[in-house]
Order: sequence, then structure tokens, then C-alpha cells
Amino acid sequence: MKRFNGIGASKGVAIGRLQFLGKKQMRVQMRLVEDVSAELERLRLARQQANETLMKLHAKALKEVGEADSMIFEIHQMMLQDLDYVETIQGYITNNKYCAEYAVQLAGEQFAQMFSSLDDEYMKERSADIIDISNRLVGLLTGRLQDDLSGYEREIVIAAEDLLPSETIQMDKSKVLAFVTSAGSKISHSAILARTMGIPAVVGVGSQLQELLSDGDKVIVDGFSGLLIADPDEKTVEEYSAKRQEYLAHLEKLKKLKGTESKTKDGIKIEINANIGNPADVDLVLENDGQGIGLFRSEFLYLESDDFPTEQAQFEAYRTVLQRMKGKRVIIRTLDLGADKTAPYFNMPREDNPAMGYRAIRICLDRKDIFKTQLRALYRASVYGKLAIMFPMITQVEEIREIKNMIEEIKLALDANGTPYADRIELGVMVETPAAALASDLLAKEVDFFSIGTNDLTQYTLAVDRMNGKIGHLYDPHNISVLRLIKLTARNAQENGIWCGICGESAADVSLTEIFLTMGVTEFSVAPAAILEMREKIQSISLSEIREEILTRL
Amino acid sequence: MKSFEYTAKDKLGLHARPAGLLVKKAATYESKISLTKAEKTADAKRLFGIMSLAIKQGETMIFTIVGPDEESACEQLLKFCEVNF
Repeated sequence: MKRFNGIGASKGVAIGRLQFLGKKQMRVQMRLVEDVSAELERLRLARQQANETLMKLHAKALKEVGEADSMIFEIHQMMLQDLDYVETIQGYITNNKYCAEYAVQLAGEQFAQMFSSLDDEYMKERSADIIDISNRLVGLLTGRLQDDLSGYEREIVIAAEDLLPSETIQMDKSKVLAFVTSAGSKISHSAILARTMGIPAVVGVGSQLQELLSDGDKVIVDGFSGLLIADPDEKTVEEYSAKRQEYLAHLEKLKKLKGTESKTKDGIKIEINANIGNPADVDLVLENDGQGIGLFRSEFLYLESDDFPTEQAQFEAYRTVLQRMKGKRVIIRTLDLGADKTAPYFNMPREDNPAMGYRAIRICLDRKDIFKTQLRALYRASVYGKLAIMFPMITQVEEIREIKNMIEEIKLALDANGTPYADRIELGVMVETPAAALASDLLAKEVDFFSIGTNDLTQYTLAVDRMNGKIGHLYDPHNISVLRLIKLTARNAQENGIWCGICGESAADVSLTEIFLTMGVTEFSVAPAAILEMREKIQSISLSEIREEILTRL
Repeated sequence: MKSFEYTAKDKLGLHARPAGLLVKKAATYESKISLTKAEKTADAKRLFGIMSLAIKQGETMIFTIVGPDEESACEQLLKFCEVNF
């Protein structure tokens, strides 16, 4: 039995077997064969099987995330058909009498090497795709990879350095029990995805994860404490099975709250919405009885694509979500790239201080072509539901005025074409800089709502880089200065007759709920899996009883 | 023999997807179709070969088509290039 300490990034307990994910190459040994034609036939079958799987994955991705993001599977299919690649593999089998899996491995390495030596960033990255398709073939040839959609035959705990958005599409999410990553933090993609899916996750375990553990190892993942236990003894398994049952019973109890109102004991109605990062997440929102979507991160369209997504591709993704939410409000946040999130085709120059650099609305107001494409797609989609739009990283009122001018131009152009859009689309500021909070009285006069992004607001207020583990203890969303800025923002919203919500990680922190309600926050946007827990919390509060006491503390 | 020059307009140049589509398109002709950038030449029916030319936005390539259907291939391939990259 071995114990590893990581960070508990998503609640719950899972017991299962590990499966490593990523570009780690599957190694096979050289084996000589006698029957060359039988080996060629094995290769043909494996290629055919791989091709069918890729077709299914492509179709699945098309449905879940749209055309731009599913292209990778089409490219893999094309690569699998490449004559040079296939002939090289066949050559190793015919001339060297190598077994098919070893021949694939050699050819894969050879082409991956060729691509990574090219003087072109984009083509260099394609070597990962070649390793990917070669791994797929090797997996099929050795029987290590089952040919179902996901490649997993049973429920598994996914282990990786960190998970990329494009990798998570491949997963058959019904078979994933938990995530364990060696890198990452509470706010990395894998952590957010785990919370969205409502499965446990332990992140930041360190490189010992890869060094000491391998595929098929039995593990316990404790998403509460951040503990990973490998090869547990019977007593430990029993202990954690009980803990798991207890948590599942708690979730079961929460399910009874579906269909009930999010209202305090003294009758204050609160809106509890969901944060999502992908059209496919709508399933989880509906399943957990979300009242709407409070934050739809539009980055997925850009990050999982190898070029800027077209207006049509964006329009389709937005329309899908709006239609599926059937008139419930969907707040879409415009492009928030930069800092830790970037795409290769963006050609973003390296910055010494990306958190304070060229990102989010700053990119949009500089590269207006990109921003206009997104705004047009949003306005076109608005007739399919109740759309609201919010803008990230605002620091001054002039930015909002400029955005509104651009929107007026877009509306005129749509009018000229006779393209319909909704009469009323709420516009909001994502308050995530101290500057926006301090100018919230001015901003409130320009927009319809505020949504406070506590992750960045905490980072900027406390001058603590949230990616820097060394000062992690200083990153405290409960800090009085952060809370005062939230209070100021909520008050300015109230005084100007607009609503104020919270969409950062603090929104789901039930130890802050009373404080936020006292401040006048009326909307919380949390991971889908946290919706019912928030509702339970809201229903337990009697605001009038605690209001005075809290006010004196702030 | 027919040939034409084409300059890539796409931001990413002749990247994986259009290269794959080009291979599919090229495969529908009987003619031998090759693609030349600077001193390097690749068979237009071979994906990795085309990709290894690493044609970037603004770079010019020459298509050379030899075979029985070279007339129609030349004409249609040019149109294909204009639409796809």
C-alpha cells in the first residue's frame, strides 16, 4: 500500500484501476514472424478497426462539440491512410520480418521524428498526432486497446500529467470514475472538468504518479482530502467504500431537492446557475436542475481548434446550447484567451507577465476581426433562446462603451441583411479586476448585470499569482480585501438597479454563502454537480437573523 | 504536362486538414500529380509528403500534372486550392 498526497480538486471517493492517458508511447518488443502475409493481414485489420473507431469518434465529437473541434479525428483518419506511412510499415514486415506492432512503432517513430525536425511550429506539433495514431494501432495489435469508443473496457481512474481539452472529448465519460494528475491545480482544466462531471479528482500528485504507478494498478482516490492510495489493503478498501457510500447517500438526498425553489427560509429567491465549458455539459446542467447557465466559457471553440472558429461554427455551438436550455438564461462569456490559455495558431508572443498581459477583452479590442466574428455569431444565435453576454477582464468604463459601439454596428449590419436577433440581450461585466470593482458605480450604468469572477479578482487584489504554488497559501478568496471589493460591487449594482452574481470558485464555497447573500448577491453560478448542494445551503439560511452580525464583521 | 502556381492564403498555410483533402482529391485522378516548393517535391497523393513541405501562408507551390486526365485535373485542382487553403 502506497500513499500519495495531492490536492483534492473535486469531491467524492472512487475505487478503481488506473489508466494512463497521454502521449506516452506504448512500447513493444521486436519479434520476428514467419508468416509475412498473416502479419500484413493483421495490420490491415487493425487499420480498418482504427479507422472505424476514428469515424465514430468524429461523429461523436461533431455532435458534442461541433465541427471545429472534431477535425482532429478526421485528420487522424487521413494520416492512417497515408501511403508513405503504410508502405513503411509494410516494408518492415515484408523485408525485416518484424511483427506488425513493432513495424508500426518503428514507422511511427520515424515519421514523428521527421515532423518534429521540420522548421514549422504547426508541423512540429503534428508529430504528436503520428504518435497518437501509431499508439492506436499498436494498442489494437497487442489487444491492449479495446475497440469501443473510448478504448476502455471497464470503469477506470484516468491518470495523466494534466488533461487537455481535446483529450477529454475522446473519453466515454460514463466509464471514468475519477481523475488523478501529476501536475495541475484546483483551477486547471482537469479539475474544472471533474467538478463539472461530478467525479472525484486529485491533482498535483507530482511525477511519482508516473514513476511509481502503471496501467491497471488498483487505487483509491479521495477527492476530499487529496489522497491517492495505491494497492490498498482490504481494511482500507472497506473504510473508503463506506466513505463512498456515505457520500453517495448524501448526493441521493440532494436529488430530492430537484424541482424545489432556491429560496432562503425568509423567502429570498436566489438564482443558482451552472458554469459550463462545452455544449455537451448541458446534459449535466439539466440533470442537476440548473436554473440556467451563468457562465458558458467560449474558449473551448478556440482551444480545441487548429484555426480561428468560423462564425458559422460558433453560431451552431451557441444555438445548440440556447435551444437545449429552452428559454432559460444562458450567459456566454466572450473569448477569454491569454495568460494560461492559448492556442498555437494565435501566435501569441511570450510574455513575462501574462496574467497582466495581452488577454481576454484586450485581445478582442485589438483584434476586432476576431471579436466581431464572435459577436455576430452570438447575435445570430440569440433568437433561439434567452442569451446574455458578458465580457471578461474589464478594467475601465471606456472598454464597455467601445464594445457597445461595436455591437450597434453589428446590429445595423444584421438589420441590413434582414438577419433576426433577439430584442433584448442582457450585457454584463465580469468583475474580476480590482479596477472594475472600484469603478463598478460607473460600469453599472452601462450594463445589465455584474458577474464576479472571484478567481482572478483574488489573484489581482492580493497580488498572488494563482499558478505559483510557492505562495499558494496567500491565495485566499476569504481575504477581507477581496470580500470588500465584492461588497462594493454588489452595492453599486443594487444602487443602480442591476443584478449581481458570482461565477468564480467562491460561488460554490458554502462557507461564504451567507456573506454573499448579505452583500446583496442574487445569483450563483457553480459547477453543475454543485447546484443541488448550493440549493440545500440556500434553503437552510435565514438571512434576517444573520444579516446584522455579518455586516459588522465586514 | 500541365502545371500551375498557387500561393497559400490560409493563416496556417497548407495545414493537415486541407492537405488531407488535397490527397483525397488528387487520388481521384489517374495522372501523376506532384507539388514543389523551392527545391523540394512531394507526391500530391501522399499526405505526409505534402505536409513535410511545410507550406506556410504566402508561400508559393507549383503543381505539376502528367497523365491522361491532366487537363481536367489541372483546372479542378486550381479551383480546389482556392476554396480550401
